[in-house]
Amino acid sequence: MSDPSTIAGAVLADTAIEADAQPRGARPRRALSRRNVMLYGTLIVVALYYLLPLYVMVVTSLKGMPEIRLGNIFAPPLEITFQPWVKAWAEACTGLNCDGLSRGFWNSVRITVPSVILSIAIASVNGYALANWRFKGANTFFAILIFGAFIPYQVMLYPIVIILSTIGLYGSLTGLVIVHSIFGMPILTLLFRNYFTSVPEELFKAARVDGAGFWGIYFKIMLPMALPIFVVAIILQVTGIWNDFLFGVVYARPDTYPMTVQLNNIVNSVQGVKEYNVNMAATIITGLVPLVIYFISGKLFVRGIAAGAVKG
Amino acid sequence: MATQRPTRLFHNLSAKIASIPMILTAVVVFLGGTIWTVLYSFTSSKLLPRLDFVGLDQYRRLWSNSRWLVSIENLAIYGVLALIFSFVIGFVLAALLDQKIRFEDAFRTIFLYPFALSFIVTGLVWQWILNPDFGIQHVVRGLGWESFTFDPLYNADLVLYGLVIAGLWQGTGLVMCLMLAGLRGIDEDIWKATRVEGIPMWKTYLLVIIPMMRPVFITTLVIVMSGIVKLYDLVVAMTGGGPGTASEVPAKYVYQYMFGAQNLAQGFAASTMMLVTVAIIIIPWAYLEFGGKGRV
Repeated sequence: MSDPSTIAGAVLADTAIEADAQPRGARPRRALSRRNVMLYGTLIVVALYYLLPLYVMVVTSLKGMPEIRLGNIFAPPLEITFQPWVKAWAEACTGLNCDGLSRGFWNSVRITVPSVILSIAIASVNGYALANWRFKGANTFFAILIFGAFIPYQVMLYPIVIILSTIGLYGSLTGLVIVHSIFGMPILTLLFRNYFTSVPEELFKAARVDGAGFWGIYFKIMLPMALPIFVVAIILQVTGIWNDFLFGVVYARPDTYPMTVQLNNIVNSVQGVKEYNVNMAATIITGLVPLVIYFISGKLFVRGIAAGAVKG
Repeated sequence: MATQRPTRLFHNLSAKIASIPMILTAVVVFLGGTIWTVLYSFTSSKLLPRLDFVGLDQYRRLWSNSRWLVSIENLAIYGVLALIFSFVIGFVLAALLDQKIRFEDAFRTIFLYPFALSFIVTGLVWQWILNPDFGIQHVVRGLGWESFTFDPLYNADLVLYGLVIAGLWQGTGLVMCLMLAGLRGIDEDIWKATRVEGIPMWKTYLLVIIPMMRPVFITTLVIVMSGIVKLYDLVVAMTGGGPGTASEVPAKYVYQYMFGAQNLAQGFAASTMMLVTVAIIIIPWAYLEFGGKGRV
């Protein structure tokens, strides 16, 4: 660690001297000053390090096995083949099933879509009730909810197994949807409560005077106004639920396993010859959904994690 | 008496009905579930939960189980390393990005993208890169350095460092983002003042900016630490706890005893210990942050 920090120190010290008279201004600088070389040099080296795994994943997934055995994992493929992708999607085996990752993918879709809708619907109404319709005890429940976000999931795993088996949903996709909605609630409720609290009170009062009720105000005033927050919540939930492993492995059965669990079973299975190219293709396919969301959403994602970081 | 106000219970009725899912989650699942698990950790439940209390037996067994002790030690080592490095790297990256540079968005996007990926994906990629037969070790040997050895995932002494490398790759972007938000919140006048005084920039960061960012640091600390306690997926994907038990962690121990070894109460005791650990981290923070009101 001494390395980057010394460089940074040097860079920063340099700036101080340079920018003495005119701090932080848009003063024209020579493009290749020592400061710039160090600053951009460091950033580019770090960026390459961050990009390396993605590059290795893509490159490996496009090679044939003979080339992998002989070559270098950092080398670009000599002959590009999409066979590993096809195999990962449609033929890779987990246990006795050999229908590839596609099953896990569709399970994940069938888990993620309803979970996202349900959890956001519940949390937005909760947040609205907490911000505008405070009733006695509401804040106590909310405090418990927020502290719940920090409780290690392991503590609540088994009680939820009991609840789900009592209502006959243990092992089903519906059960997983409920679990995700429960664990998404603290952070989403916080997100919506904070947003609705910032809405001017007068707006709410005016609607009350006009005779609008709880649901009227929610659907006609609050919901349309909170659309950006809904987008943030969707980003947060889709990535979070898609990437979940623990709940999938605990509350699903092999035929309802989400993609992450199936991916881990494919790659870390001890049987058979390891096909690294297929494994890497499977890994990218699993990472693709959150990556696409990330690259599309840009700054909203950052807003989401600033709020959602509590989830840990 | 005919025109009495509706009773308190029906006041705000819609809001109360709408809050039922939240109340159920908070009271039944979070509070109830936690109490249930703690309660049953004092029993001898094996395959099914049973209420035959055995006092602290499960905890005695837990703390004399070498696998649990290894798990705790591993988590402590991983936690300290991950915490220190993610803070230092995250802060330095944030400070670099805060120099009014070009392409800031591009750099930030690159540093943060691993955070969008799951620990499973992260673990599997790094497992591949660190694979001694194909990965870095193989490549360096191919360059002519035949005796080069770098196989952290197959070496019990190094396996934790392998996990740290992957964990940092995934999580440093988050720390950077939080720190950058903190840096952006600092008044421009502070910078002007220190420049007028002729204080070098690194000194300003160390002596002025970092102390000013204390709240950001504390929040980040809590977030990173409560994430570390939950460490599970990464280990499962990357090492499966091996070699031997060299990379076991508490969350894996809990899972193993609850769902693998059919020794429920032992799993409950272990998860209760995890809860205690988190409480030690969270309660002082909540106390500081919310002035002891227990409110968020």
